[in-house]
Amino acid sequence: METRIYKKENNVSVFKILKQSLRDIYASRFLARQLAERDIKAQYRQSYLGIIWAFIAPITTAIVWIFLSNTGTVTLSDTGVPYPVYAFSGTLIWSIFKEALTTPTNSTNSAKSILSKINFPKEALVVSGIYKMLFDSAFKIGLLIILMIIYKVGFHINMMFFPLGLLAIIVLGNTIGLILTPFSMLYTDVGRIVNLGLSLFMYITPVVYTIPETGLMKTLMNINPLTPIMEVTRTMLLGGDFIYLNWYFLVLAISLPFLLIGLVWYRISIPIVVERSNA
Amino acid sequence: MHNMDNNDLLVKVEGLSKKFCKDLKTSLWYGIIDLIGGLKSNNKVRLLRTKEFWALKDINFELRRGECLGLIGHNGAGKSTLLKILNGLINPDAGTITIKGRVGALIELGAGFNPILSGRENIYNNGAILGFTRKEIDSKLNEIIAFAELEEFIDMPVQNYSSGMKVRLGFAVAAQMEPDVLIIDEVLAVGDIGFRVKCFNRISELLNKCAVIFVSHSMPQVARISTHVMHIKKGVVNYFGIDIAYGLSIYNQDFTIEDTTIIGEDIKINSFLLSDNEGREKTTFSASERMCLKLNLVNNSDYKNYFISVVIMDANLNGVASINSLSQNLKFDKTSYSTEVKFENVFTPGRYAINIYFVENINSHEYKFGKTLSNYRNLCHFESTGGVLVGTVPVQLNSEWIKTI
Repeated sequence: METRIYKKENNVSVFKILKQSLRDIYASRFLARQLAERDIKAQYRQSYLGIIWAFIAPITTAIVWIFLSNTGTVTLSDTGVPYPVYAFSGTLIWSIFKEALTTPTNSTNSAKSILSKINFPKEALVVSGIYKMLFDSAFKIGLLIILMIIYKVGFHINMMFFPLGLLAIIVLGNTIGLILTPFSMLYTDVGRIVNLGLSLFMYITPVVYTIPETGLMKTLMNINPLTPIMEVTRTMLLGGDFIYLNWYFLVLAISLPFLLIGLVWYRISIPIVVERSNA
Repeated sequence: MHNMDNNDLLVKVEGLSKKFCKDLKTSLWYGIIDLIGGLKSNNKVRLLRTKEFWALKDINFELRRGECLGLIGHNGAGKSTLLKILNGLINPDAGTITIKGRVGALIELGAGFNPILSGRENIYNNGAILGFTRKEIDSKLNEIIAFAELEEFIDMPVQNYSSGMKVRLGFAVAAQMEPDVLIIDEVLAVGDIGFRVKCFNRISELLNKCAVIFVSHSMPQVARISTHVMHIKKGVVNYFGIDIAYGLSIYNQDFTIEDTTIIGEDIKINSFLLSDNEGREKTTFSASERMCLKLNLVNNSDYKNYFISVVIMDANLNGVASINSLSQNLKFDKTSYSTEVKFENVFTPGRYAINIYFVENINSHEYKFGKTLSNYRNLCHFESTGGVLVGTVPVQLNSEWIKTI
């Protein structure tokens, strides 16, 4: 029979906790899917237009960029591709990153009331968050492909790497998200700082504009670890030569071990958070 | 597979302590400190920090398969905290808990329900959280729907369910669990009588198969299913053992005696005396002892035709017996008088309160009563001792048994 031991300190080794965490992720795959399915269904069922809403938001963004570009409101630097495609792909990648970062906190927070009453694999919350994010992103990616066809940005071999690029963004975002979640469950300040920080970071990341040739902005963008993620992922989508590849792999190489640490951290933190956050 | 050996030691709790913080801001800050402290496993004994208190202190017990521990105590005594720790939701601050086998918790019914989705979909949501696989739910679906008696409404959104229907659905899913250790927190007091009986039967089935830890404020329930009882008082174990009657009696004693509430001034009780047959003032009576209640009354009203009703209440404020003056058709037509009534202590051990009602008498053979002229709630208390607590019924009648063959 399975034996559980609860005591004050986690004398168990980090590797053992990690093993348990990974085992639970696998064991709770049905729960994760079920939770994602539940939230997605519930989200669209109580609306007349239903699933159409999933298209409306990204279409609106696309139209805005087309409008801004056609009216000459935004001065185009040479991006190599039509500006609406450039901007739309940028916001798409940025939104995936942002979602990946906030989803562990959001999923955990919305499950607060059951966390304090039922013992279930908490990792399922994180995984269900990823599912939901992928579901939303699928519509946006579909729309991007339509835009690329309209603007005659050809398909190319780089696109094969995009699923990997997507995975990398999820790894990076989730790593930061997992580490922040216990703090933001305790203090709402953390969530606010994250949102503020993300919107500020967007300005020094080449999301809707390219890296300038010179100046302070160029320096800032070059030291911003999100720049290589942005640029490389966009190159995967739109084609062209990969630059910043070294930086890209460095960022990933650093975040991968941190993802594992994040999982351990999340697992040992939840009881502490549950104890102090009332539900 | 279940190991059905009844000597299985399934739950072992050693020196369990847990502290909580009284102040939110401080609690959150300690949370941050604990989070960071959790990284390095410090072996230091944890002491109380400012604004902290022990919610549980040094709890020890063992539980085997087939045993049921009833946890009793005041609100805030630490019962639910103990359940949360046993369920692995929060960690103790000292001590060790070892639990063998699958743990099932009936703490919250219908966790994971989404109100917009149908009952059928929510069976899957709830089932997934309780740890069932899709296959298991598929195969148990019809059984769950039948148990919940919701065949007709299973495809209706749960938001249109009555609260009883939601609970029924939640219990029906939870009832499919086959745990080794079952943790129950007062969920049995839900639904209508018919469903409650069903819940109870299901839990009784589980009782022999698992070790059960059970929190309830319903003493009859505790007495009916517990093999062990633990009385917790302010986080400390006041009694732990197999003498259920003793455990329940110290729980009952623990309540502060409420003051007498008087409604209506028409008939006034100037003084009263609760005594034994010889008129000696007493508040503790042994089994079958004669009790005597003497009342000195003043009638401030014009009502001449009324009767006196004495209602005995148990610790849960349920009426368990009544005596009235109607049976002897006494007329209390003077302004000032006294009366006394004698009766037998037929009550099982515990604490009881006496209520007195003065009710206008209308001659009627139907169940009609006149105006309540005065009402004394909690006039006095008495303690019944000495009898045997068999079962959970408050009154045990004297009886004659004859062996006929």
